[in-house]
Amino acid sequence: MAQHKVNYTKDGGLPVALTSIDKIVNWGRSNSIWALTYGLACCGIEMMASGASRYDFDRFGTIFRASPRQADVMIVAGTLTKKHAEFIKRLYDQMTEPRWVISMGSCANTGGMFNTYSTVQGCDRIIPVDLYLPGCAPRPETLQYGVMLLQKKIRANHASKAQKAKRLM
Amino acid sequence: MAQVKNRLTPFFENITFDREDNEMILNFGPQHPSAHGQLRLMLHLQQEEITKAHPDVGYLHRGMEKMAENMIYNEFMPTTDRMDYIASSSNNYGFALAVEKLIGLDVPRRAQVIRMMLLEINRLMSHLFWLATTALDIGAMTVFLFAFREREYLMDIIEGYCGARLTHAAIRIGGVPLDIQDNFITQLRTFLDKLPQNIKDYEDLLDTNRIWLMRMEEVGTISTEMALSWGCTGPMLRASGVKWDIRKEEPYELYDEVEFEVPYSDKGDNFARYRVYMQEMRESAKILYQTIDMYQECVKNNQTELMAHSPKYISASKLDIMTQNYSLMQHFVLVTQGMRPPVGEVYVATESPKGELGYYINSQGGPYPYRLKLRAPSFWHTGILTDLLPGHYIPDVVSIIGTTNIVFGEVDR
Amino acid sequence: MRAYTPKDDVQAKSYYTDRFYVSPQVPKSPVESDEVFAADLAAIKAKFDVSDAYIQVEQMVVFINAKDNFGVLELMKNELEYTQLSEMSAIDWIAKENKFEIFYQMLSMNKRKRIRVKMFIENGEAVNSVEKLFRSADWSEREMFDMFGIEANGHPFMKRILMPYDWQGFPLLKTYPLEGDEFAAWYEVDKIYGKEARDVIGPEIRDTAKVDRYDSERFARLGYEVPKGTKITDDMEKVEQTYQEDGGVFMIKKFDKKDSVVVDDPQR
Repeated sequence: MAQHKVNYTKDGGLPVALTSIDKIVNWGRSNSIWALTYGLACCGIEMMASGASRYDFDRFGTIFRASPRQADVMIVAGTLTKKHAEFIKRLYDQMTEPRWVISMGSCANTGGMFNTYSTVQGCDRIIPVDLYLPGCAPRPETLQYGVMLLQKKIRANHASKAQKAKRLM
Repeated sequence: MAQVKNRLTPFFENITFDREDNEMILNFGPQHPSAHGQLRLMLHLQQEEITKAHPDVGYLHRGMEKMAENMIYNEFMPTTDRMDYIASSSNNYGFALAVEKLIGLDVPRRAQVIRMMLLEINRLMSHLFWLATTALDIGAMTVFLFAFREREYLMDIIEGYCGARLTHAAIRIGGVPLDIQDNFITQLRTFLDKLPQNIKDYEDLLDTNRIWLMRMEEVGTISTEMALSWGCTGPMLRASGVKWDIRKEEPYELYDEVEFEVPYSDKGDNFARYRVYMQEMRESAKILYQTIDMYQECVKNNQTELMAHSPKYISASKLDIMTQNYSLMQHFVLVTQGMRPPVGEVYVATESPKGELGYYINSQGGPYPYRLKLRAPSFWHTGILTDLLPGHYIPDVVSIIGTTNIVFGEVDR
Repeated sequence: MRAYTPKDDVQAKSYYTDRFYVSPQVPKSPVESDEVFAADLAAIKAKFDVSDAYIQVEQMVVFINAKDNFGVLELMKNELEYTQLSEMSAIDWIAKENKFEIFYQMLSMNKRKRIRVKMFIENGEAVNSVEKLFRSADWSEREMFDMFGIEANGHPFMKRILMPYDWQGFPLLKTYPLEGDEFAAWYEVDKIYGKEARDVIGPEIRDTAKVDRYDSERFARLGYEVPKGTKITDDMEKVEQTYQEDGGVFMIKKFDKKDSVVVDDPQR
């Protein structure tokens, strides 16, 4: 029993809040985005840096998971080569719904500076992408801003309905 | 159509149980959190013991050698950044030095000092990153957080110089583009004064830690013959009993003027490599202190040149381009057509944080190199896993990959 | 009439070269000018044919016959203290004389010297593997096979190393374009989705200079971000992107710029 008087109607007067199922589900989803570590190249280092001491990704509820089954968002950080392409598809298929993909850096967006025979010209040829981050390599701040935009995108969804099918490729 | 159909066959080759000889084949990678990139290992196992290891690389092959053949020399400089992306400037430097040797340029002293500063900062960044990731793989999360904290300070300094955190492109053929910024020296000094205490912190956490010792000592022992035969260089070779450091033996830049020790060990195991890395960080700090003095001497002697003077190959300074007609014409030709080095070939090796980074350039007198071969140390440090892993147990794989310090931008190029 | 482009060498060419331009040479000095190299060369010459030898940029270059490569390297390793094979690869001279040039970059740590052993082989010929001498040649020769299609006799595992096993073509040949051939362009689509998906996915967009400001499928303009596929017109207003909706976010305090602190010195 609370000894002091709590005004539940005041702003922030938890533990009671009135809301819709949509909001509470989206609140949970958007604030615990677990990312699949998909560090492929240089951007992977910046992704690690954003998880490390100064940038501290844990504040956003973003915790890197090594397994696709536990992850909500796949951060494709780095150059996707043709030899690797089949694995990104396999891992994407292994992720559970709802799932999102952030394409981090120029190489993952469009192939970037590597306009060569062995580079996939944009990972959206293989898997649907929700968010593209420019930069070579994007700073950790960019990635964090990207995750915040993804949170906004998740909040706009209706939790009760099945996710809308994403573009095929 | 959320679940898009694909043609990939089900991936059950990971584990094969129905073999008669009780051998299990385990697929490790290519996307494994402790594989330091895209390494794929096919491990043949008897119980927990590895009988055969087959590293499969190429998952980050981006065709850099082919790109080099289709780019003018200055254009290729930013591409070298993406090789060993933990220490980009050392790649820039290796390429710049190779082209300078090809055309026979002398770099002004002030530029040499700045280059040495950048190289040693990069070495520190690379070694700190190595320590962080290896410790994380073995389970020491605190060391990861500590080492990344220090690495961020170094990145601030580099960022102040060239504007980029990771891919610097901070060195040009013929010198450096910019003088160091005003607070560079103060920031660097602040960092270097703190560094010994930081290194001691890591060592306090690791040196007497039982888990660390058990996974490091007597694991992954590389004999001297094996290291030489596999073309190991850098800390891998030095930890196996060969005191060979290109900075000392074939000095480039001003490394013959600075005093530093080459740490080495004859044990050859993971722990020896760890000790060599830690000691090299201290030596880098020592070199950095000396370069600060050298830089201040340059300032005192009013040596302001940053780029070599060679109108045929190197653009003039920005001021000259804007004011002198001939410099502008020269710059236009060099940018649109590219420099044309003499006919000939050169192989130049430099000591990058990972080992011997070599550039072989075959020039036929055109603005594009006829053949450029990148000799990246990590390629052979990955190859040695074929011979090194058999006889070890599965948990050792992670610690061995950690201490070999391989970066896949460099392995696959 | 379209200008003729040679098909046997698709490497980028300079668009303009002065007719009277004679490119200078990197100076070569005779081997006798360095006594360590002179002694090494004498030892090699005693047993094998050497067609040419000189010193260029502090390193000796020795040309040998292709059949002698194992013998020369064995001699250098066992008697001349060249204990490490730093690098080996090939150079494609097919367009010019239907040959490959192969080089072995040797390092002696005791003498602090580097020697480059070179030889020529005909197109389609194989080399002798030196994998028994230097384990590092194991991977180098595989890479050479992968990139040029030059096989090494006696190599235990002559497979591709950098490209996938089912790859077609040898990328570093001068006949191979930088952006890949038809097979390379559709490799990942064919493998993952099958040939019939080519129409759905479409060809690769390789034109790096192409920027279309009315294209909201592939580009976004800072400050004018719109959902993908929106029709863009010239009179659009600048919209500031915020990551919190106007109505506020459930259970999260609204970000206030006035209350936030800007950290100037990260090393504080």
